[in-house]
Amino acid sequence: MPMPEWLHVRRAKDEERNTAQWSKCPECGEMLYRRDLAANLWVCSRCNHHFRMGAYDRISGIVDGDFAEIGADVQVGDPLSWTDRKSYPAKLAGDREKSGLSEGVVCGFGQIGGFEAGLGVMDFHFRGGTMGTVVGERIALLLEEGRSRAVPCIIFTASGGARMEEGMFALMQLAKATAAVTRFVNDGNLLITVLTDPTTGGVSASFAFQADVIVAEPGAMIGFAGRRVIEQTIRQKLPDRFQTAEFLLEKGHIDMVVERRRIKEMLVHLLGYAAKGAARRLHGVRA
Amino acid sequence: MNPFADRERALFELERRIAELRTASADQPVVIASEIATLEAKYQEVLHDVYGSPTPWQKVHIARHPNRPTALEYIAAFDRFDELHGDRAYRDDQAVVGGLGLLRGRAVMAIGQQRGRDTKENLRRNFGMVAPEGYRKVQRLAHLATRFGVPMVTFVDTKGADPGIGSEERAQSEAIAQCLVAFTDATVPIVAVIIGEGGSGGALALAIADRVIMLENSTYSVASPEGCAAILWADATKAEEAASHLKLTAQDLLRFGIVDEIVPEPLGGANRDPATVVARVLDRVDAALSDLDRYASPTLLSARYEKYRRIGSSKRDSSPAGKR
Repeated sequence: MPMPEWLHVRRAKDEERNTAQWSKCPECGEMLYRRDLAANLWVCSRCNHHFRMGAYDRISGIVDGDFAEIGADVQVGDPLSWTDRKSYPAKLAGDREKSGLSEGVVCGFGQIGGFEAGLGVMDFHFRGGTMGTVVGERIALLLEEGRSRAVPCIIFTASGGARMEEGMFALMQLAKATAAVTRFVNDGNLLITVLTDPTTGGVSASFAFQADVIVAEPGAMIGFAGRRVIEQTIRQKLPDRFQTAEFLLEKGHIDMVVERRRIKEMLVHLLGYAAKGAARRLHGVRA
Repeated sequence: MNPFADRERALFELERRIAELRTASADQPVVIASEIATLEAKYQEVLHDVYGSPTPWQKVHIARHPNRPTALEYIAAFDRFDELHGDRAYRDDQAVVGGLGLLRGRAVMAIGQQRGRDTKENLRRNFGMVAPEGYRKVQRLAHLATRFGVPMVTFVDTKGADPGIGSEERAQSEAIAQCLVAFTDATVPIVAVIIGEGGSGGALALAIADRVIMLENSTYSVASPEGCAAILWADATKAEEAASHLKLTAQDLLRFGIVDEIVPEPLGGANRDPATVVARVLDRVDAALSDLDRYASPTLLSARYEKYRRIGSSKRDSSPAGKR
């Protein structure tokens, strides 16, 4: 399959930024050659640890070919004029430089296994995947566009929660995303989320857990309160497995844990079921 | 630490001396009356000095004051209230109370986070920090409001959702996420009142509303100041600094269009005259409900959608660089 032009450009930029040849697996300590690691979808070949993955890398592994990005022009704002050790715009500029991303989520449309779908991918490398006004706006645009095209949407989450530097504007993005999800779903459209490491706070307490089907990657940390907050509250150490994808599966919070190399395949199956059932599916629950 | 503590001492000292003189004035009414008047003037001066223009951090403390009216004090001023319990699955979370009632003759579904008024009650009510089963009770009551066709009135007063092990095991995220959906979907009018502290997603779960009313000294923020300081600087003791950054006051949020209306409090906070504040708030809730009564459900729902869709909508960059 020919590599689309957009991916060529992204890859070249990534090469420029990442001069390091080797990465150490945080789980087993194995030294991994970055090119091999990338070829293995950023999964450790020794212990199967799933590294946090860049949004564009992820998208290239999910869509069949082209990906038409939407909302890339939504501007970064600084609604509170926040400055602590650094000004908020300076923090954003630093993360743009480091990550090559304009914000914490990339949204667009493409074909997945021949099915047209909306795809939103969050990236932890941009301010810890936190949700501010741009992330909220792009998610809403994705779902509104998905609704008008009447196609399923898939969102990969990776987030430390709401973005502190945007204060209440960030909290209100939970309400905005929920509004968009609700309209999208009420019209009979299917929403699938794939929770990746980590998915916490305002993102897990909104669209991540509002989906019809919830998939998670192995070992992903998923929860509402952060580990540190809980440990401070109860004043004791938490077991290692607490808040992992496997723990949530056991507790009945998510539908399945799927290894990264099998996620596209699984999504195609799910989209296939939805396509087969489309004729009988209720369109517009309020109609 | 209560940031008023030092200066409040001067106030309490004056209160004590005025009370003493009042007792003594039975013997020498004339001489002492003028002394009392002087002290009372001084008292008013100090009162303004102490509480006149509270900083955001001071407001956090007013919002958390133990004598500040809680949800049940507002609900007690309804004509009638019948509490409904439980999530039908696990237990009745007493950090949140809800039920059907009559407010100025109008049937409503009232729901409020309830912190304790003393240590014993705080333990029972988990300091107003709601667990998943509490949020599931709220979802159930929101659906019930739609079933009855009665508007919802919520009283928001929480540091945040309960962050314990059990809450994570019972899917706190999902419980809050579905509360947001239930309020977004409710076909009846919703009025939310931020009566104390509005902390994070745990507060928003009761606050997606057609009208959001906030008390003058209440706070409403993306995280509690302590939580924000811990997240950003790994140091919860920098809460005062976080409070000044977060723009969590009613005045800030009215300016941002995130709340619709502010209800004034007496100098020093609602704790200084709870009955007046309760009546004032219920007046405003009543007025908001009368206003919302005019709209049919589809109109309400689309207005609610637009309202949240607009908040923090960034301007679009139309330059070619922004297009890609």
